[in-house]
Amino acid sequence: MTRRWLRIPSAWVTPLGVIGAVIAAFWIVVAFTAQFWVPFDPLAQVLPRLQAPGIDTIMGTDALGRDIFSRLMTGAGVTIPLALMLVVMSMVVGTLIGAIAGYFGKWVDEVLMRLTDLVMAFPTVILAMVVAAALGPSLFNAVIAAFVVSWPQYARMTRSIVLGLRTQNYVMAGRLLGFSPFKTLRVDVAPNVVGPILVLASLDVGTAILLLSGLSFLGLGAQPPTAEWGSMISAAMANFDSWWIGVFPGLAILTVVMAFNFVGDSLRDIFDPTSQMSKARAR
Amino acid sequence: MGKNTRATRVHPARAPLGGSPLAGYVLRRLGMSVLLLFGVTLVTFSLANLVPGNPIVAALGEGAASNPATVAAYIEKHGLDQPLPVQYLNYLLNLFQGDMGVSLRTAQPVASDLAKAVPATIEVAIGAIIVSLAVGVALGSLAAYRRGKISDQLVRVLSLIGLSIPTFWMALVSFNFFFLQLRIAPGSGRLSPILSPPPTVTGLYTIDALLAGQWVTFMDAMAHLMLPVFVLSLFTIGLLTRFVRTSVLEVLDADYIRAGRAKGLSGPRMLFGYTLRGASLPILTIVGLAFGSLLSGTVLVEAVFAWPGLGSYAYNSATSLDLPGVMGVGLIVGVIYLGINFAVDLLYGVLDPRVRLA
Repeated sequence: MTRRWLRIPSAWVTPLGVIGAVIAAFWIVVAFTAQFWVPFDPLAQVLPRLQAPGIDTIMGTDALGRDIFSRLMTGAGVTIPLALMLVVMSMVVGTLIGAIAGYFGKWVDEVLMRLTDLVMAFPTVILAMVVAAALGPSLFNAVIAAFVVSWPQYARMTRSIVLGLRTQNYVMAGRLLGFSPFKTLRVDVAPNVVGPILVLASLDVGTAILLLSGLSFLGLGAQPPTAEWGSMISAAMANFDSWWIGVFPGLAILTVVMAFNFVGDSLRDIFDPTSQMSKARAR
Repeated sequence: MGKNTRATRVHPARAPLGGSPLAGYVLRRLGMSVLLLFGVTLVTFSLANLVPGNPIVAALGEGAASNPATVAAYIEKHGLDQPLPVQYLNYLLNLFQGDMGVSLRTAQPVASDLAKAVPATIEVAIGAIIVSLAVGVALGSLAAYRRGKISDQLVRVLSLIGLSIPTFWMALVSFNFFFLQLRIAPGSGRLSPILSPPPTVTGLYTIDALLAGQWVTFMDAMAHLMLPVFVLSLFTIGLLTRFVRTSVLEVLDADYIRAGRAKGLSGPRMLFGYTLRGASLPILTIVGLAFGSLLSGTVLVEAVFAWPGLGSYAYNSATSLDLPGVMGVGLIVGVIYLGINFAVDLLYGVLDPRVRLA
């Protein structure tokens, strides 16, 4: 009784899920605290240039004499909160649109679903790149571009669930009792949507991080001198010989994305043991 | 037998367009693809023209666009003062004539730049899809057969890692490691500098070299393909493995699999003739999607290997803020992706009679 927090359903405690959760938690803590404890100012160009990893600078310095370890750790605070925000935004908007399309049907459904078709007619990174380039290069615009490509999957999934529910007897009963559309969605539909949507969202965090850092790699996201992982890797392309410039930021991206994927995949086992579709449109 | 033929003869009368059900299905799919094609052009048109100032900046560059006289002349010449629907129509007409604007970076027509880049990307994408399919089907079937065992868990973790690797980083690291450190991979580009490209037939160096009987060129082109294909495949291998596993698991419970086992069919015969055949339709769907992520991947990977395809073009256009170049890549990749999905739909219709009537 005293250890309430231990009473997690045993199905949730899988090695994969726990490893993922621990690594993700580590990076989230780093994201919000790194600015207080990193050894150097991530923007200060005060160290010898292109210094290999050593005692003072455990990950070396970049071409401008900045400490890579400090940039890496504060970089978590750039990418991770933005990715989480992006996922929440896409989830809320996409779910609402999907629910509206599924519930009202007819032309509303037709218009909204053709809109998702239009987005899904492009590979994700390509459309995000085109949108970001049109809006102009900035981290804010990169988030907008990533949002444009990521809401439709939530809309599609919610819609298909709602469509399946609409003809269920208990939903019909609610409508006969005079439930408003909003109340039907809230009382009868929402509980069925939450699980699958949360699974999708947890897997989408990794995709969002890859997308945002990819856009930054293309120069369409974070702008110099911001310490951001994708643009740090992009900077490494100018200094092939100094392997440490690019290797560490990539490992950071890899571990964060992997952690969220582990968590999401374990969640899926709990909510939906059969489907492996949702990852199909990743990247 | 006689009964059967009569039954098939009765059926086509229900087909919507007179011909076979397959023809009706193909026409419906074609219609949808054409509509989406217009959708794709609408998206690129809107992005290039609706964001204030974009069309002019895009065509003239930041410098010239700050000169009011130049801007006014440009608006006059290209009808930018006309209503948007008219502008869109002009945009479409230009596209149909192969005019996608002029790149700010190369000062060449975007269309001719892209025409040169497409074969390089197709070559690496085909290579990657072959590798991904081979590895993905093998690992996915293995995991399904060993469901719940250690090897299944291992495959699951590996495929999740594959989906988590930032491809542009992997490209950089593998180029650095295999070329600069170990010196076992050839350098960047499609061919070693001492060789000249084979006579163009398909634009794919490997195939063209084979057609011309140039063994040395073929081996060199293959060697240059290896690293980009490897890096690009990692993500799609993860994708396909997971999907193949699910599809095979579903099939494994089917009655006809049990029947095959009861007949005492051999392992490989069961796997290829029964199991994978049964799972082939869902796998086909995911191949279409995998192509999409491959095309996405090329944008992030090609530049690292200086592979002269659409990806490098997109990278160079994006980093130098060459809007016509970026839009051109968006459009052409959108069209290629549409074409692939159309082909997948067609194959689906051929392989599965049920979807034709849906």
